[in-house]
Amino acid sequence: MTTLSTKDKKVVKAFWAKVSGQGEEIGTDAVARMLRVYPQTKTYFSHWKDRSASSPDVKKHGRTVMAGVGDAVAKIDDLKGGLLNLSELHAFTLRVDPANFKILSHNLLVVMATMLPNDFTPEVHVSMDKFLAAVALALSEKYR
Amino acid sequence: MVAWTEFERATIKDIFSKIDYDVVGPAALCRCLVVYPWTQRYFGNFGNLYNAAAIMGNPLVAKHGTTILNGLERAVKDMDNIKTTYAELSVLHSEKLHVDPDNFKLLSDCLTIVVAARFGEAFTAEVQAAFQKFLAVVVSSLGRQYH
Repeated sequence: MTTLSTKDKKVVKAFWAKVSGQGEEIGTDAVARMLRVYPQTKTYFSHWKDRSASSPDVKKHGRTVMAGVGDAVAKIDDLKGGLLNLSELHAFTLRVDPANFKILSHNLLVVMATMLPNDFTPEVHVSMDKFLAAVALALSEKYR
Repeated sequence: MVAWTEFERATIKDIFSKIDYDVVGPAALCRCLVVYPWTQRYFGNFGNLYNAAAIMGNPLVAKHGTTILNGLERAVKDMDNIKTTYAELSVLHSEKLHVDPDNFKLLSDCLTIVVAARFGEAFTAEVQAAFQKFLAVVVSSLGRQYH
Protein backbone atom coordinates (compact mmCIF):
# COMPACT_ATOMS: atom_id res chain seq x y z
CA MET A 1 0.00 0.00 0.00
CA THR A 2 2.77 2.43 0.76
CA THR A 3 5.71 1.87 -1.56
CA LEU A 4 6.14 5.11 -3.46
CA SER A 5 7.12 4.68 -7.09
CA THR A 6 9.61 6.96 -8.81
CA LYS A 7 6.66 8.59 -10.52
CA ASP A 8 4.88 9.17 -7.19
CA LYS A 9 7.95 10.87 -5.72
CA LYS A 10 8.35 13.06 -8.82
CA VAL A 11 4.67 14.08 -8.74
CA VAL A 12 4.73 14.82 -4.99
CA LYS A 13 7.90 16.93 -5.24
CA ALA A 14 6.54 18.88 -8.22
CA PHE A 15 3.16 19.53 -6.58
CA TRP A 16 4.83 20.44 -3.29
CA ALA A 17 6.99 22.99 -5.09
CA LYS A 18 3.76 24.60 -6.35
CA VAL A 19 2.05 24.76 -2.95
CA SER A 20 4.80 25.19 -0.39
CA GLY A 21 4.52 28.96 -0.69
CA GLN A 22 0.99 28.73 0.71
CA GLY A 23 2.00 26.16 3.29
CA GLU A 24 0.74 28.06 6.31
CA GLU A 25 -2.64 28.72 4.69
CA ILE A 26 -3.03 25.09 3.71
CA GLY A 27 -2.01 23.74 7.11
CA THR A 28 -4.27 26.13 9.02
CA ASP A 29 -7.26 25.42 6.78
CA ALA A 30 -6.72 21.65 7.00
CA VAL A 31 -6.47 21.67 10.81
CA ALA A 32 -9.53 23.94 11.10
CA ARG A 33 -11.55 21.68 8.81
CA MET A 34 -10.43 18.60 10.71
CA LEU A 35 -11.62 20.10 14.02
CA ARG A 36 -14.96 21.18 12.51
CA VAL A 37 -15.81 18.17 10.34
CA TYR A 38 -14.44 15.48 12.70
CA PRO A 39 -15.25 16.83 16.16
CA GLN A 40 -13.69 13.82 17.86
CA THR A 41 -10.28 15.26 16.91
CA LYS A 42 -10.92 18.18 19.25
CA THR A 43 -10.20 15.85 22.14
CA TYR A 44 -6.49 16.29 21.48
CA PHE A 45 -6.72 20.05 21.81
CA SER A 46 -8.73 20.57 24.98
CA HIS A 47 -5.92 22.85 26.16
CA TRP A 48 -6.74 25.38 23.41
CA LYS A 49 -9.26 28.03 24.38
CA ASP A 50 -10.12 28.84 20.80
CA ARG A 51 -10.44 26.06 18.22
CA SER A 52 -11.81 28.16 15.36
CA ALA A 53 -10.03 28.80 12.07
CA SER A 54 -8.92 32.26 13.19
CA SER A 55 -7.41 31.02 16.45
CA PRO A 56 -3.67 31.66 16.83
CA ASP A 57 -3.29 28.13 18.21
CA VAL A 58 -4.85 26.64 15.08
CA LYS A 59 -2.65 28.81 12.84
CA LYS A 60 0.47 27.83 14.75
CA HIS A 61 -0.44 24.18 14.57
CA GLY A 62 -1.18 24.43 10.86
CA ARG A 63 2.33 25.83 10.38
CA THR A 64 3.82 23.02 12.47
CA VAL A 65 1.99 20.34 10.51
CA MET A 66 3.00 21.76 7.14
CA ALA A 67 6.62 22.07 8.25
CA GLY A 68 6.44 18.38 9.08
CA VAL A 69 4.97 17.53 5.67
CA GLY A 70 7.64 19.62 3.96
CA ASP A 71 10.28 17.76 5.92
CA ALA A 72 8.73 14.48 4.80
CA VAL A 73 8.87 15.60 1.15
CA ALA A 74 12.58 16.32 1.57
CA LYS A 75 13.10 12.90 3.15
CA ILE A 76 10.81 11.08 0.74
CA ASP A 77 13.41 8.43 0.00
CA ASP A 78 13.57 7.30 3.63
CA LEU A 79 10.48 8.32 5.53
CA LYS A 80 10.90 5.80 8.34
CA GLY A 81 14.42 6.94 9.12
CA GLY A 82 13.82 10.59 8.41
CA LEU A 83 10.71 10.90 10.58
CA LEU A 84 12.03 8.85 13.53
CA ASN A 85 11.96 11.75 15.99
CA LEU A 86 8.47 12.78 14.96
CA SER A 87 7.34 9.20 15.33
CA GLU A 88 8.71 9.02 18.86
CA LEU A 89 6.98 12.30 19.67
CA HIS A 90 3.61 11.05 18.39
CA ALA A 91 4.03 7.63 20.00
CA PHE A 92 5.27 8.48 23.46
CA THR A 93 4.28 12.07 24.12
CA LEU A 94 1.29 12.97 21.96
CA ARG A 95 -0.16 9.47 21.71
CA VAL A 96 -2.42 10.41 18.81
CA ASP A 97 -4.51 7.46 17.65
CA PRO A 98 -3.14 6.72 14.16
CA ALA A 99 -6.66 6.68 12.70
CA ASN A 100 -6.50 10.44 12.97
CA PHE A 101 -3.59 10.67 10.52
CA LYS A 102 -6.00 9.51 7.83
CA ILE A 103 -8.49 12.17 8.85
CA LEU A 104 -5.92 14.98 8.67
CA SER A 105 -4.64 13.63 5.32
CA HIS A 106 -8.16 13.75 3.89
CA ASN A 107 -8.54 17.36 4.96
CA LEU A 108 -5.14 18.29 3.49
CA LEU A 109 -6.34 16.84 0.17
CA VAL A 110 -9.64 18.75 0.37
CA VAL A 111 -7.75 22.01 0.93
CA MET A 112 -5.41 21.28 -1.97
CA ALA A 113 -8.47 20.69 -4.15
CA THR A 114 -10.09 23.99 -3.14
CA MET A 115 -6.89 25.97 -3.65
CA LEU A 116 -5.54 24.37 -6.81
CA PRO A 117 -8.50 22.77 -8.58
CA ASN A 118 -6.76 22.59 -11.93
CA ASP A 119 -3.47 21.19 -10.63
CA PHE A 120 -4.95 18.65 -8.24
CA THR A 121 -5.68 16.11 -10.97
CA PRO A 122 -6.54 12.46 -10.26
CA GLU A 123 -2.89 11.54 -10.92
CA VAL A 124 -1.62 14.11 -8.45
CA HIS A 125 -4.34 13.03 -6.01
CA VAL A 126 -3.31 9.37 -6.04
CA SER A 127 0.39 10.15 -5.53
CA MET A 128 -0.32 12.65 -2.72
CA ASP A 129 -2.72 10.20 -1.07
CA LYS A 130 -0.07 7.45 -1.21
CA PHE A 131 2.57 9.85 0.10
CA LEU A 132 0.45 11.00 3.05
CA ALA A 133 -0.36 7.36 3.85
CA ALA A 134 3.37 6.59 3.82
CA VAL A 135 4.01 9.55 6.14
CA ALA A 136 1.28 8.30 8.48
CA LEU A 137 2.87 4.86 8.48
CA ALA A 138 6.29 6.32 9.28
CA LEU A 139 4.73 8.35 12.10
CA SER A 140 3.19 5.15 13.52
CA GLU A 141 6.53 3.28 13.45
CA LYS A 142 7.33 3.70 17.11
CA TYR A 143 3.86 3.13 18.52
CA ARG A 144 4.31 -0.52 19.43
CA MET B 1 -33.94 9.59 11.99
CA VAL B 2 -31.26 12.08 11.10
CA ALA B 3 -31.62 15.59 12.44
CA TRP B 4 -30.80 18.21 9.81
CA THR B 5 -30.30 21.87 10.65
CA GLU B 6 -31.71 24.53 8.34
CA PHE B 7 -28.17 25.36 7.29
CA GLU B 8 -27.45 21.75 6.36
CA ARG B 9 -30.65 21.39 4.32
CA ALA B 10 -30.03 24.65 2.50
CA THR B 11 -26.37 23.82 1.89
CA ILE B 12 -27.07 20.40 0.39
CA LYS B 13 -29.80 21.72 -1.89
CA ASP B 14 -27.59 24.64 -2.89
CA ILE B 15 -24.64 22.43 -3.81
CA PHE B 16 -26.74 20.07 -5.89
CA SER B 17 -28.52 22.92 -7.66
CA LYS B 18 -25.21 24.39 -8.73
CA ILE B 19 -23.26 21.34 -9.90
CA ASP B 20 -23.44 19.88 -13.39
CA TYR B 21 -24.25 16.19 -12.89
CA ASP B 22 -22.62 15.36 -16.23
CA VAL B 23 -19.35 16.88 -15.08
CA VAL B 24 -19.16 16.16 -11.36
CA GLY B 25 -20.46 12.58 -11.56
CA PRO B 26 -17.93 11.37 -14.14
CA ALA B 27 -15.12 13.33 -12.44
CA ALA B 28 -15.84 11.72 -9.07
CA LEU B 29 -16.10 8.19 -10.45
CA CYS B 30 -12.95 8.61 -12.57
CA ARG B 31 -11.05 9.91 -9.57
CA CYS B 32 -12.20 6.94 -7.49
CA LEU B 33 -11.06 4.46 -10.17
CA VAL B 34 -7.66 6.20 -10.45
CA VAL B 35 -6.97 6.90 -6.78
CA TYR B 36 -8.33 3.56 -5.53
CA PRO B 37 -7.66 1.23 -8.47
CA TRP B 38 -9.08 -1.83 -6.71
CA THR B 39 -12.53 -0.30 -7.19
CA GLN B 40 -12.13 -1.17 -10.87
CA ARG B 41 -13.08 -4.72 -9.92
CA TYR B 42 -16.73 -3.76 -10.21
CA PHE B 43 -16.43 -2.44 -13.74
CA GLY B 44 -14.98 -5.40 -15.60
CA ASN B 45 -17.36 -4.90 -18.50
CA PHE B 46 -16.57 -1.19 -18.95
CA GLY B 47 -13.73 -1.85 -21.38
CA ASN B 48 -10.48 0.08 -21.26
CA LEU B 49 -9.52 1.16 -17.71
CA TYR B 50 -5.79 0.59 -18.16
CA ASN B 51 -4.59 4.01 -17.16
CA ALA B 52 -5.86 7.39 -15.97
CA ALA B 53 -6.24 8.75 -19.52
CA ALA B 54 -8.26 5.70 -20.60
CA ILE B 55 -10.49 5.96 -17.53
CA MET B 56 -11.11 9.65 -18.01
CA GLY B 57 -12.00 9.14 -21.68
CA ASN B 58 -14.20 6.09 -21.13
CA PRO B 59 -17.84 6.84 -22.07
CA LEU B 60 -19.26 4.04 -19.89
CA VAL B 61 -17.49 5.51 -16.85
CA ALA B 62 -18.87 8.95 -17.69
CA LYS B 63 -22.39 7.60 -18.10
CA HIS B 64 -22.22 5.75 -14.80
CA GLY B 65 -20.89 8.83 -13.03
CA THR B 66 -23.97 10.75 -14.13
CA THR B 67 -26.19 7.85 -13.02
CA ILE B 68 -24.66 8.01 -9.55
CA LEU B 69 -25.31 11.75 -9.23
CA ASN B 70 -28.90 11.29 -10.32
CA GLY B 71 -29.15 8.59 -7.67
CA LEU B 72 -27.85 11.03 -5.04
CA GLU B 73 -30.45 13.56 -6.09
CA ARG B 74 -33.15 11.22 -4.83
CA ALA B 75 -31.74 11.66 -1.33
CA VAL B 76 -31.45 15.43 -1.74
CA LYS B 77 -35.14 15.59 -2.64
CA ASP B 78 -36.20 13.70 0.48
CA MET B 79 -33.57 14.21 3.14
CA ASP B 80 -35.79 12.92 5.93
CA ASN B 81 -36.22 9.49 4.38
CA ILE B 82 -32.83 8.58 2.97
CA LYS B 83 -32.82 5.13 4.54
CA THR B 84 -36.13 4.24 2.89
CA THR B 85 -35.16 5.86 -0.40
CA TYR B 86 -32.11 3.65 -0.73
CA ALA B 87 -33.48 0.37 0.65
CA GLU B 88 -33.86 -1.13 -2.82
CA LEU B 89 -30.52 0.20 -4.06
CA SER B 90 -28.89 -1.24 -0.96
CA VAL B 91 -30.26 -4.69 -1.75
CA LEU B 92 -29.09 -4.28 -5.35
CA HIS B 93 -25.54 -3.33 -4.34
CA SER B 94 -25.37 -6.21 -1.91
CA GLU B 95 -27.16 -9.10 -3.61
CA LYS B 96 -26.59 -8.39 -7.27
CA LEU B 97 -23.53 -6.16 -7.56
CA HIS B 98 -21.67 -7.56 -4.53
CA VAL B 99 -19.99 -4.24 -3.77
CA ASP B 100 -17.95 -4.09 -0.57
CA PRO B 101 -19.65 -1.23 1.35
CA ASP B 102 -16.24 0.23 2.26
CA ASN B 103 -16.10 1.35 -1.35
CA PHE B 104 -19.04 3.71 -0.84
CA LYS B 105 -16.83 5.75 1.50
CA LEU B 106 -14.02 5.86 -1.07
CA LEU B 107 -16.37 7.22 -3.73
CA SER B 108 -17.86 9.70 -1.30
CA ASP B 109 -14.36 11.02 -0.42
CA CYS B 110 -13.63 11.50 -4.12
CA LEU B 111 -16.95 13.28 -4.59
CA THR B 112 -16.10 15.58 -1.68
CA ILE B 113 -12.81 16.47 -3.33
CA VAL B 114 -14.39 17.10 -6.73
CA VAL B 115 -17.05 19.33 -5.18
CA ALA B 116 -14.34 21.10 -3.13
CA ALA B 117 -12.42 21.81 -6.32
CA ARG B 118 -15.58 23.05 -8.02
CA PHE B 119 -16.50 25.54 -5.28
CA GLY B 120 -13.03 26.56 -4.08
CA GLU B 121 -13.16 29.03 -1.20
CA ALA B 122 -16.95 28.75 -1.01
CA PHE B 123 -16.49 25.16 0.17
CA THR B 124 -15.92 26.30 3.74
CA ALA B 125 -15.43 24.01 6.74
CA GLU B 126 -19.14 24.46 7.58
CA VAL B 127 -20.19 23.50 4.07
CA GLN B 128 -17.77 20.56 4.10
CA ALA B 129 -19.24 19.35 7.40
CA ALA B 130 -22.78 19.46 5.99
CA PHE B 131 -21.79 17.74 2.74
CA GLN B 132 -19.85 14.98 4.47
CA LYS B 133 -22.70 14.43 6.93
CA PHE B 134 -25.10 14.03 4.00
CA LEU B 135 -22.78 11.57 2.25
CA ALA B 136 -22.27 9.63 5.50
CA VAL B 137 -26.04 9.15 5.77
CA VAL B 138 -26.19 8.04 2.14
CA VAL B 139 -23.32 5.60 2.65
CA SER B 140 -24.89 4.20 5.80
CA SER B 141 -28.25 3.72 4.05
CA LEU B 142 -26.64 1.95 1.11
CA GLY B 143 -24.95 -0.46 3.49
CA ARG B 144 -28.09 -1.00 5.56
CA GLN B 145 -29.55 -4.01 3.75
CA TYR B 146 -26.35 -6.04 3.61
CA HIS B 147 -26.43 -9.28 5.55
